[in-house]
Amino acid sequence: MLIKTQASLLECEITDPELFKQRRQIIKGLLAAGLIGKGIARAEANPNHLPGYKLAANNPVLTPTPSDIVKNYTNYYEFTFNKEDSTRLAQALPTDPWQVEISGEVENPIKLQLEDVLKQQSLQEYIYRFRCVEAWSMVVPWIGFPLAELLKLAKPLSSARFVQFTTVLNPKAMPNQLHSTMIDWPYREGLRIDEATHPLTILAVGMYGDSLPKQNGAPLRLVVPWKYGFKSIKAIVKIELVKKPPITSWNQYAPNEYGFYANVNPNVPHPRWSQASERLLGSSLFTSRRNTELFNGYGDQVASLYSDMDLRHFF
Amino acid sequence: MKRLLNLINTPWRLANFSCWLPLVLIIFDLVFNNLGANPIQALHIRLGDWSLRFLWITLAITPIQTISGWRGMADYRQLFGLCSFGYASLHLLVYLWVDHAWAWRMIWDDIVESSYIWYGIACYLILLVLAISSPTYGKRKLGKNWKKVHRFIYPASVFGIIHYFWQLKGNLAEPLFYSLILALFFLFRILVWFKNKQLFYLMVPKGRS
Repeated sequence: MLIKTQASLLECEITDPELFKQRRQIIKGLLAAGLIGKGIARAEANPNHLPGYKLAANNPVLTPTPSDIVKNYTNYYEFTFNKEDSTRLAQALPTDPWQVEISGEVENPIKLQLEDVLKQQSLQEYIYRFRCVEAWSMVVPWIGFPLAELLKLAKPLSSARFVQFTTVLNPKAMPNQLHSTMIDWPYREGLRIDEATHPLTILAVGMYGDSLPKQNGAPLRLVVPWKYGFKSIKAIVKIELVKKPPITSWNQYAPNEYGFYANVNPNVPHPRWSQASERLLGSSLFTSRRNTELFNGYGDQVASLYSDMDLRHFF
Repeated sequence: MKRLLNLINTPWRLANFSCWLPLVLIIFDLVFNNLGANPIQALHIRLGDWSLRFLWITLAITPIQTISGWRGMADYRQLFGLCSFGYASLHLLVYLWVDHAWAWRMIWDDIVESSYIWYGIACYLILLVLAISSPTYGKRKLGKNWKKVHRFIYPASVFGIIHYFWQLKGNLAEPLFYSLILALFFLFRILVWFKNKQLFYLMVPKGRS
């Protein structure tokens, strides 16, 4: 899908057929085109971004985890409970064509083809720390766009106070959706409207300068860097703006263990394990774990969203 | 004659070999960078898995002996028990050294807040006592109490399986499988206990009139 999109975007500028075969090159070109189009030459604060990319604002300096690790260590319970087998199994998911629906408390409910979404949005690189509730973390250079930009298209009403996201239901490709008892499929997640429209909250379509691998949530996934990874729902087909707090999958499965907010917080342990430290993947043997940061290190940008809340109660 | 002796000793050699084999494979995978994206966790989990498996094998010896009528399996029970303790010690060492690099403050916080670790510690402390009192010297010293002390392998196994269950987020199939086998071991002990108390006969249907 991404190949097509990029091709159609680039037709006006690049006609070398050799380039169409090289997704990496194409997406790089796409980003460069976006950069040129906007005419922005901004000083890059983060020296670790991949060359030729426009890096989104407010990225702290983080060194990306080797991509082999990120591509081969994913939780995708629709396919398997094993973090390594998902790489192979997720390839069965058809992602082209892909349609996203935005509905609910909006003036203009819409169904969009992903390729049209990509034409409208300007893609940027976001180097975020990704902290799993299982106490490991990685640094991923995502390629995507702010969720707020997409929501705008549907014109949310003032009655929209929450956003619910739904993963594709495809039991043929996702075997655990057929017989797994754990989660009431399809997978669902939710955010408060101010969280959803925060500039750090993005929809990702790529990573490491390439299109998004299927096991990492292709073709479209949420990334909310200050929350535990399970909030960052994969393979999204539906985005609904709603009045009341939506049902979210892990919260429904074990409400005392996984809260609606799920903000990364070293001071609030999971009922069965500590959240004070995390194993940074890619670090070598005999090196200590790292201390987990409040809001995963994004506190200066998001703490104000929760200023009058007891984070122990709203975990 | 020598050949005959070798033949007799083959099961014992095989048992020793089976104790070392998982460790050799783990080291092999470690050296050849074959432990996946999170090698520290893989190392930790695999050692823990084998400790639990050898503990279960140890528990299986007595029922096998009773049912089959074989004698002289106490040596095997000791071997597998010590093996379980060995893998548990390596599991602990990986936690303290490979994963935490002896950062005691961080380790302390982790233990205090992680209830699944408490069960692991309880299990390990029992295995430690059993391992220390395992040699002939320990048997002599404890005398009659030795058997009573070593029955603590049963609470140790319960703590071990809770330790396994309690840190999982999703799939419970594997610990459920171990639990089922453990339940069979307990059932066996209960039946033996009934028999020894002569109550066993109460369970046998009486009279066919």
